[in-house]
Amino acid sequence: MSKKSTSSAGRKKAAGSAAQSKRKPGAQIIVDTLIEQGVETMFGYLGGVVLPLFDKLYDAPINFIIPRHEQGGCHMADAYARATGKTGVIIATSGPGACNLVTGLATAMMDSVPLVALTGQVRTALIGNDAFQEADTTGITRPITKHNCIVKDVRDLRRTIHEAFYIASTGRPGPVLIDVPVDVEVAECAPKDDNEFKLAGYKIQKKGHSRQIKAAAKVINESKRPVLYTGGGIISAGASEQLRKFADKAHLPVTMTLMGLGAYDQHRDESLDMLGMHGSAYANYAVQECDLLIAVGARFDDRVTGNVKSFAPNAKIIHIDIDPTSISKNVGVDIPVVGDAGYILGKLSEQIEYQPRKEWFEKISAWKSKFPFRYDDSPNSLKPQYVIEEIYKQTKGDALITTGVGQNQMWAAQFYKFSRPRQLITSGGLGTMGYGLPAAVGAQAGQPDALVIDVDGDHSFNMTMTELSTAVENKLPIKVCILNNGYMGMVRQWQQLFYNKRYSKSYLQNPDYEKLAKALGAEGITVDKKKDVPGAVEKMIESDGVFVADFRVEREENVWPMVPAGKSLHEMSGLDILESMA
Amino acid sequence: MKHIISALVENKPGVLANVAGMFAARAFNIDSLVVGRTEDPDLSRMTIVVVGDDKVVEQVRKQLAKIVPVVKVKDFVGKPVVARDLMLISVNAAPEKRPELLSVIEMFKGKVVDIGQKFVMIEVSGPEEKIEAFINLCRPYGIKDVARTGTIAMARHETSS
Repeated sequence: MSKKSTSSAGRKKAAGSAAQSKRKPGAQIIVDTLIEQGVETMFGYLGGVVLPLFDKLYDAPINFIIPRHEQGGCHMADAYARATGKTGVIIATSGPGACNLVTGLATAMMDSVPLVALTGQVRTALIGNDAFQEADTTGITRPITKHNCIVKDVRDLRRTIHEAFYIASTGRPGPVLIDVPVDVEVAECAPKDDNEFKLAGYKIQKKGHSRQIKAAAKVINESKRPVLYTGGGIISAGASEQLRKFADKAHLPVTMTLMGLGAYDQHRDESLDMLGMHGSAYANYAVQECDLLIAVGARFDDRVTGNVKSFAPNAKIIHIDIDPTSISKNVGVDIPVVGDAGYILGKLSEQIEYQPRKEWFEKISAWKSKFPFRYDDSPNSLKPQYVIEEIYKQTKGDALITTGVGQNQMWAAQFYKFSRPRQLITSGGLGTMGYGLPAAVGAQAGQPDALVIDVDGDHSFNMTMTELSTAVENKLPIKVCILNNGYMGMVRQWQQLFYNKRYSKSYLQNPDYEKLAKALGAEGITVDKKKDVPGAVEKMIESDGVFVADFRVEREENVWPMVPAGKSLHEMSGLDILESMA
Repeated sequence: MKHIISALVENKPGVLANVAGMFAARAFNIDSLVVGRTEDPDLSRMTIVVVGDDKVVEQVRKQLAKIVPVVKVKDFVGKPVVARDLMLISVNAAPEKRPELLSVIEMFKGKVVDIGQKFVMIEVSGPEEKIEAFINLCRPYGIKDVARTGTIAMARHETSS
């Protein structure tokens, strides 16, 4: 059984058939195939066994960005994909180069990001001999890629690369790795001009089952207290518009996961903002009290559900997802619909009726006014939340935000209101510290006109700060806002709450980030007073270049509310603290 | 509950590691796993016996189907199926004990495939319970070695009514 490519790149291939009949080395076939796939920007780092490939990249019409470390490059390719919707491409050499991709691939896997990684491998005859810079790359990366393979025959190269792009970008997207031994880069063949994929085992169900859709529409129409719970799947599917129409037509409150932020405009009254461990009290209460939970492109992650046994205890659950394995994995589902979110929401919209749900919306609105996200706004202390609010205000909510992981990430999610898909780029599933800076570089490469701001923590920033050089060299004018509390903030918060304030190993000595920025060719500023924040943010936004703002924020600020691990969503800590700030 | 899952997979290097790795990574237990070629040289058949509640096994089935080189997955639970194990077993059998042992072998439709001074090697095939029963009957003689294939299975042809 074989599959015809339906991608536009697949059609492009046929046009170039004359050029395809000439014999070429594998390295040239790789470059040509990437161009056929429409690759304009890619990321990668050189090494011994990818020399033939880089030789062919010398004249290729591809914008090539060299990171300072392969992990950074992989995050860049990932964020490029998230910012553009296209498939990101990263190249690394064998052994250490491939190993350095591991964190980046796992990050992309957990967040369902389309990525193609090409790794060099020692020559075929040496494989298995513990050769110099040899690692079992496919073995190492198998559990953290959607698919991977090694190409041992140059005649399979072109088809395998096209298949990789197809697998990476369709269904539930994910990273695909192709390992290419150096002798295959050098070996020659006339690339065959066929579109036949050999993917008998790769099937995607796009259209949801019509009976399931009908059943879902019926319970939605009957529901008194529904909640729409949406995740990153809406963004991958490009279904924001269908989501808005559906939510409007049925009149539903919408809460989003961290990965789903931006899919639905948070400025709208129906938005419940983010749910989960550090989600809004109103979203969490609404989920716990709803009679129907409609999950779309979300996977009931433990950071979303809290204790699964008492999650949405009164609700029937509809789950719409392209990945059948997501259904009933963590939480039992009453009406599963497997398929494309946009297609299914469109079909559902035809079958649902507007319901006023007055009582339900009144209840939600009471929660909203009682428990908004808040912080202590006294003039003498520089609060991290204030910095984000100021950035939000001055960027008019229009910036593309990347984040590190931890408190900085949660505050960005709570205090920046997102209004469009692909506006927040963050490591949700894997929670990769150090993601924010390389992600900003990749996002800026994909969206040159966007104002890209990395809201980072000091410890997260420290992990990959070397990539500041990459931003400067490539004239990618990203802005980095370090919410510098001198701690690994979220870890410190847990130590305060659950380990009797024993701050074991959660702080370290930071460099002077302003000087560091200047040494690497960027602009820098240090801010330690609240009154200086607006001016610093303005200076940062006005700057044409790479800019690092070091905000010395309140050291022991906590993220509230918080659902402690193992508790139910409505058992939030910190609500009393938030109320006392009112 | 025991489920016999049959997966048709591409006959490529790494597929077994892919399947076995998925089971390990997701903490599913494998009772047995058998791989062999099919009539199509591009495809192999894996027969996997999994014990777990229906919810777990449903997840196993879907996770298997999600692996790109896995072409087709069937769970035989609740369906009429022929399931067989093959066993080679070497049993301590002094000449005076042999007639008695041979009658047991005959009852189980087994075959003596090798014979030495002290031991006989027997080939037995059948459903798992039959194999287990045969092992138990051999214990009093003294078992030297056992090699088993694990279960392979095929759905029975539908009887049209």
